[in-house]
Amino acid sequence: MNIGLKNLLLKTADDSFIVGHRNSEWTGFGPFMEEDIAFASMAQDKIGHAWALYKLVEQMEPDHSAEWLAFQRPLKEFKSCHLVELPNAEYDFSLIRHFLFDEAELLRYTLFLESSFEPLTHLARKIKGELKYHTMHAETFLFQLANGNEVSKARMQSALNECFPYALGLFESFEGEKELIQEGIYPGEQVLKDKWLAAIAEMIAEAGLKMPEFHAASSVEGGRNGYHSDFLLPLLTEMREVIAIDPNAEW
Amino acid sequence: MQAPKTMKSFDPRVNRITPIEDKTELLPGEGLLAFEVFHQKKRGDHHIHVGSVRAANATQALLFAKEQYARRQHCVNLWVVNTSDITSFDYEDADIFETAIDKEYREAYGFKVRDKINAYKKENQTK
Repeated sequence: MNIGLKNLLLKTADDSFIVGHRNSEWTGFGPFMEEDIAFASMAQDKIGHAWALYKLVEQMEPDHSAEWLAFQRPLKEFKSCHLVELPNAEYDFSLIRHFLFDEAELLRYTLFLESSFEPLTHLARKIKGELKYHTMHAETFLFQLANGNEVSKARMQSALNECFPYALGLFESFEGEKELIQEGIYPGEQVLKDKWLAAIAEMIAEAGLKMPEFHAASSVEGGRNGYHSDFLLPLLTEMREVIAIDPNAEW
Repeated sequence: MQAPKTMKSFDPRVNRITPIEDKTELLPGEGLLAFEVFHQKKRGDHHIHVGSVRAANATQALLFAKEQYARRQHCVNLWVVNTSDITSFDYEDADIFETAIDKEYREAYGFKVRDKINAYKKENQTK
């Protein structure tokens, strides 16, 4: 199987899978009921996106089922970025992570719409509505809280500053990326990063917040090559408690 | 597992956050607002009142309404209306709706026929 394509599908899936789990940890603890329902529902969408991508990998490499990819694959073979692995702090942190991640996700799937790999364009068409909702939700909170009062504004700015270097790690290059660009499957992380920076800079300015300063070395990377934060292993262990007891369990 | 020193979390496995005790007192008009939700099943249908949500603003109310009221049934559109913008009669004035005996001709009996026609159509669709 095309190594670049496998890496692209897996890292996109792993990001959704891990952030979906992280966001689902808020279920029942959200700031108020309506938001609890919306946030939990979006977390569930993320797991669905991961599942669809793992299925694409499974179709091309039948030795590894989607279940295996999600629940039995070794830690080193996970491709998630550090941004999605970080544990939940306070709600401002989760909202900013949600904003930075989902703006990138929407743009990523917009690029997938143009992919020469047909199953990916098909998936992108199917889930673009969900991603649009996720970004609308994130933007509404960003604007509301950035313009709430001094405390809410300061908290959004500080969460943004904290998350930003991790969010840059979303665009870490990966093995086989050049070939994907040549084959017209995916235009590459630099293209996505430029689009993302332009989009969020505009929204952050419009919300009245400051775009964090950054340089080439600011980016927290490693995830795409299997070097993870210390938070991924405990998360996977917890997620795999059932399959550790019963290896034949289905999700 | 070693957590970075800067990272604090509600997760007990990480440096524990002490939740801030919120002593903010909300003034009237601050905090969440109530919105009534109207759901449209298909284009051309009436929007039908299905319940309410609380949100900080109307856009947010729409987003919450989508998850709460459009998740388990087909939907093409939603309206939200600030609850405080609705003007209504008091229940104690309900006597104004009482119709005098000799004005029964005004009542729309025709709609009962419509119900029967719809029921018949529905029955024959499923067959």
